[in-house]
Parts: sequence; C-alpha cells; structure tokens
Amino acid sequence: MGMVYAVLGAALAALLAGVGSAIAVGRAGQAAAGAVTEDPSLFSKVLILQLLPGTQGIYGLLIAFIALGRIGIMGGDPVSSATVGLQYLAACLPMAVVGLISALQQSKASVAAIALVTKKPDQFGKAMIFPAMVETYAILALLISILAINGIK
Amino acid sequence: MAVLPMKKVSIMGMKSDEQPILDLLQRLEIVDIETAPDGGGVFALQEKEESAEKVAGLKRDADTILGALSLLSVYAPEKSSLFASLEGRKSLSGATFGQKAEGVGHSLETAKKLLELERELISVRASRPKIENERASLVPWADLKLPLNFSGTARTTAWIGSFPDKRTEEEITVSLVKEADTDELQADVIHEGDDMTAVMVTTLSEHEGEVDSALRRLNFSRAPGLESVPSERMKELDREEAEVSEKEEKLISEIASYGNEREGMKFALDYYAMESAKCETESRIARSGRTFYLTGYTPVKTAEILEEKLKAYDAVVVIDDPSEADDVPVLFTNNSFAAPVEGVVENFSMPGKGEIDPSMAVACFYYVLFGMMLSDAAYGAIIAIACGLILLKFKNMETPLKKTITMFFFCGLGTILSGILFGSFFGDAIQQISRTFFGREVAVWCWINPLEQPMKMLVLAFCVAVVHLFTGLALLIYTNVKNGQVKDAIYDGVFWYMLVGGLILFGLTTDMVLNMLQLQSLKETYPPILGSIGIALAAVGAVGIILTGGRESRNWFKRILKGAYALYGVTGYLSDILSYSRLLALGLATSVISSVFNQMGTMGGSNFGGVIMFILIFIVGHALNLAINALGAYVHTNRLTFVEFFGKFYNGGGRKFLPLAMNTKYYKIKEEQ
Repeated sequence: MGMVYAVLGAALAALLAGVGSAIAVGRAGQAAAGAVTEDPSLFSKVLILQLLPGTQGIYGLLIAFIALGRIGIMGGDPVSSATVGLQYLAACLPMAVVGLISALQQSKASVAAIALVTKKPDQFGKAMIFPAMVETYAILALLISILAINGIK
Repeated sequence: MAVLPMKKVSIMGMKSDEQPILDLLQRLEIVDIETAPDGGGVFALQEKEESAEKVAGLKRDADTILGALSLLSVYAPEKSSLFASLEGRKSLSGATFGQKAEGVGHSLETAKKLLELERELISVRASRPKIENERASLVPWADLKLPLNFSGTARTTAWIGSFPDKRTEEEITVSLVKEADTDELQADVIHEGDDMTAVMVTTLSEHEGEVDSALRRLNFSRAPGLESVPSERMKELDREEAEVSEKEEKLISEIASYGNEREGMKFALDYYAMESAKCETESRIARSGRTFYLTGYTPVKTAEILEEKLKAYDAVVVIDDPSEADDVPVLFTNNSFAAPVEGVVENFSMPGKGEIDPSMAVACFYYVLFGMMLSDAAYGAIIAIACGLILLKFKNMETPLKKTITMFFFCGLGTILSGILFGSFFGDAIQQISRTFFGREVAVWCWINPLEQPMKMLVLAFCVAVVHLFTGLALLIYTNVKNGQVKDAIYDGVFWYMLVGGLILFGLTTDMVLNMLQLQSLKETYPPILGSIGIALAAVGAVGIILTGGRESRNWFKRILKGAYALYGVTGYLSDILSYSRLLALGLATSVISSVFNQMGTMGGSNFGGVIMFILIFIVGHALNLAINALGAYVHTNRLTFVEFFGKFYNGGGRKFLPLAMNTKYYKIKEEQ
C-alpha cells in the first residue's frame, strides 16, 4: 500500500504541474502568435515570455523524478509501510497544487507582458519580470517538496 | 563604474552653416541636442508642422523603398548566411558617402518602378481566377456541338440548361411530358453529375409556351449565354491562360533583373533614416532671421574634438559645465568586465540624478548568480565557447549585441566554475558512462552535492543572498555619502545593517534556526556572546529605524507610527533572502533533469545499439535541458538583480544619452579623424 501512495504522490506532482503548465503555455502561445502577426521581429522576445509559465511542469517532473528515485521505481528501496508512502504523497503535494495554480496565474501575467512588449518592444526587460514574480511561489513550493522528500527516513 | 561626466554645449552660427554643422554632428555622434530655450522673440523654434511634414515625406519615400526591397527579396532572393545579423554595418568613408548620396534619387525611381511592376503583376494574376471559373462552368457542356445560346431552328425551339440534381433522360422526358401536357418534345442529356444534369430540350415551336413553363416548374436553369461552341471556347481559354502565364513570367524576370539595385536601395534607406533624424533635431533648434542656436550635451572627453572640428565654421561655440537645473543625459563608461551588463541596467532604467552607475556591482553578482542557477560545467563551457567564437569571428558586430554576447560569455565562465564546485558535467554523465560502458564508476570531486545535501546548498544560497543584499545596502550608503547626505546614509543604511545583521547573528545561536539549517555543528564553535551582541545591535537598529523611518513627517506621533511601519520592512528582508532559494531550485532542476536523460540513455546497456541510443538521447536531451535552463537562469538572474538587489538602492529614472546619430541599418560612415 505504501508504494501506491508514494507513486501517487510522484504522479500527482508531474500530473498537476504539467497540466497547469500545458494550459498556461498554450494560453500565452495564443497571445504570442497574435503579437507576431503584428510584428514578426518580436518572435524571440514573445517566445521567452510564452515559455516562462512552462517551468512549473519541469519542477513537477523534477519532484516526480526525485521521488521515483527514492521509492524503488528508479532506484532506492521499495516503500513497505503505508505511513512512509503517505509521507511521500504529502511531500509531493506542495509542488503539485502550487505548480498547477501558479502556472495558470503566471500565464495571465505572461499574456499581459506579451501585450506590453507588442506595444513597447524596448520594455522587454521589465515585461519579463512580471511573470517571473509569480514563479517565485512555484520555486518555494519546489523547495519545500525537495526538502520534505529528502527528509523522509 | 561610472557615469561619464557631461559638458553643456551651445552653438550659435549663421544659417548657411546650419546644415553642414548638423551633418558633422550626426557623423561624430557625440552631441545630444535638447530643445533650445525660446530666446524671447529674437530666436524662435521652428513650427512643429513644418518638420513633421518633412519627416512624413521622408518616411513615405523610405516606405516605397522598403516595399521594393521586400519585393526583391521574393523574386531575387539575396544569399545571406544565418549569421548575417552578427556581421554589423559596412563602413563607408565620407567621400564615398557623398558619391552614393547622389544615387538616392535614382534608387527611389527604381523602387517606384518596381512597385509599378508589382501592381501590374497583381492585376495580371487577378485575371487567372476568372479564366478558371469560366472553364469550370463550361466543363459539363464540353460534349455539346452547338453554341450554348442555341435557341432552336425555324420550326423548333430548344433550351440548353441544367437541373440541380441527378436525373436520367427518361425521368426528365416523363416529368416534362406530364407537366407540359404534350409528348412532342425531346430531352437529350449532355452531362450527368452528382448535383446537376446538363440537358438540351427540343420541341416544336408551337409548344414553346407550355414546355417553357413546365421547365421552370421543374427547376430548370438556363446555361450561361455563350455564342460559341463550348469546346472551342475552352481552347480559347487555354490560350488566354498561357498568355497570362507568359506575361507573369516576363514581369517576374523584369523584377528580378533589378536585383543589382538592392545595395543602392539599402543605402537610400539609410540616407532617409539619417535625413529624418536630422529633421527631427531641426525642430529643436532656435532660429532668428539669419542665425541659428542649438544647445546640447557632450561627454567631457569628446568636448575637445567637438570644439576642434567646429573651428572650421563661423560659429560661436560655448562649452560649459551643466547647471543643477539641467536634465543631463547619462552615458555609461565601464571596463570590459562590467560593460556587458550595461544593457541589463538599461533595461531597468538609467541612473537618475545623483545615482551611481551600478553596472560593476551588478556584473560581479550577475555572472555568479547565473552560474549557480545553471550550475553545469559542460553547459557553461558550451555557452562560453559558442559566445567566444562568435566574438572572435564577427569583430564588426554592433555594440549592443556584442555586449549581450560578452555577457553570456562571462555567464558561461561563471557556470563552469559552479559546475566544478558542485561536481556536475552534463549532470552525472561521467559516473553513468563509466559505470555502464567501462564497468567501473569514476568518482567526481565536488564541494557540495546539491542532490544529496540540499540543506547545505540552501545555506550557501542564503549566504549569497546576504552578501548580495548587503552590497546593495552598502551602495545605498555610498550614494548617500557621495551626495553629502550622511544622515540619510546612517538612517537608511547603517541602522538596517545593524538590525538585519544583528538578527542573523542572534538567529545562529537559536536551536530552531540551527536545526532547520542542519548547522548543529556550528553550536560548538560559535561563541554565545555573539548572540548577545547580535540582539543588542538589532535592538539599536530597530530603535533607530522607529525614530528615523518617518523623518519626513513633522508631527512626532505620526513620525513614530511611520517609523514603526518602516521597521515592518524587516519582513521584506526575510522574503528577499528566501527568494534566493531559487539558486538551489534552478540548480537542482538542471542536474536532476540531465541525470534523468543520462539514465535513460544508459538503459540500452553497453552493446553497440546501446551506445548509439545513448548518443542520440544524450545530444537531444542535453540540448533541450540547456536551452530551457539557460532561459530560466537568465530570467531569474534578472529578477534577483531588478527586484532584490536594485530594491535596496537603485531607482533609476535618468535619461539615456542619445546623440544626433546616423541610426542606419546597413552602412556607417567613418569620419576621417
């Protein structure tokens, strides 16, 4: 039973954060495509802005790999007790939930930043910061998930 | 680390010298011309509309040429390499420029002719769909040997047309006979399609009326009127189409024959850009009946050159120190280590009045922070080598681009350093390869292994944070002292040092913090007296901040309240420091994902197929990982710089030094010194 919980946790991290990033990058991509129809030279700038909310998916993947690497799927010892399994599940949750929500929210900031760059291409440096502010919380969740997984005995 | 000191320049001269002087200033690119003060009646600024009209005219011509150039790029494409944008502008001497400038009119004429040809091409092409439509409408009638508008002989009447569905000859005859109430008619199906049946109906002239109304009731529609036999008309259409193609080809080859005019047109484009830059400047120059007057700024080191060059004209030149009230533009001057990040600073804002140029301080941390986030020696080497090669190969690169690439070169070096410290070369590629293909795992030295000791790495990130933030605070003190505001330096700088520094000292004595950071070993070596000193320092700092944080208010009560609110800013320091945990998170992201790719690659074992699989997965996986994580490192290094670091001391708001310059795209003029 412990294995089920642990794998569920790893899967949730990859799943929810990945879903969030996929939706978010898709939304930002629509805005980016619109910007490029106005001015094709903006391509590289809006591409960066589109990719910003994609990192949550990577963080989710990261947590999934770290967890799988410790519970006997990709290394480490299999989890036998349900308690330990639940610990893994709980440790993965911050990344899963915050990853999902912050990606969705970050996509809104990204879309707005793309609109900003379309009007004022020289303000790219500032436009990049707004979505990056949202990502801070995904990074904090990632940190807690890593520390929690590492702390499980 | 400095802002270039500026001199104020005023030039007064005869109107006849105005254009030559402006040309000279434009080629020197050293004077930022501001709007001249209105000289109380004698000197007046030009009407805005006048120069706007001129600029609009230049823009129209430039657009004509742009249109012609894009036409040429379709029909006479230019061979250009992928790296064309790195090559920079070609340089021209002043004399060649003069020669070429005479060809601008010719280039404009050529461009107009090209656009004329394009219009012709479009109209020729527009006739093609018409031909195709007509042909399509004739296809059902192709077998008919009569003209389509055939309406019968002396004693018979005929209808040629179609029913909108599939019907056989028999069905049609039966239904017609029934509707028209006569059987003296004949229906011949010419073509049978799924959604139409082409048919010719013939009857004796005396039944014309009945058959006609019967046909109408049966949804018969007449064929398009055509006086010739359909098959002949189709041959005619083929001929017409061939003619259109021929015309099209001729026009295209004519357009392509102008390919060698491209360089001239590019030059003309540059010429118009220079002219319109001058026009815009002209609106800022004051004029009297015969003289003109302009003011601007130039860096101190170029002031002499300017004075020397202007001696050739009958003009009064006054070079002076700018006064307090002047809005002096800012130009950076830095050594080659700090100059690359000037673009980053500029992206935020130019330093405002009294502020220092933060480039040097930004540079010191930028390369390190980027390195810690990417943290892979091999990735760093790839970036550094790629940027280094570009810098060596394209010496003529434009300055801003060159700065950016140099910045990434240094970032690459920083990444190599941190990759070595954290033992990461393509993640754990060395360990994985040696274990899978050589059967013996090679150990790699590292200072901290972030995967196994994340807490240690986190503490390192927090140490970097404290150093970074305290450097920002030090720069605040430096700026204040430089501007003679020693009190502000103490209130906003020193007190915060005491408070935050004291709290950190104290925190290191508490079990809670030590346990959290897994630094229990520190407890034996750390003298407890430091904790007491820390708490004392923090208390002094806190009291100082409460007393002075709201010093702009006169009312004491209000002042203390504001001071207490300022003290609340200590939570800002906490969140600032925590924000640096992204150094750990992004560093881990790189190394975990690259080890996953390595692991996937080695799954094929050590046979031949396994090696091929490993190489493929290795190349694709690491290219992907490098791209994604380099982007993340770049974005978050900027964030730490803009939000956490600049938040401590830098507001910006200055105006960038923008001299009257050539602003060209393809050519630049080398002024003979």
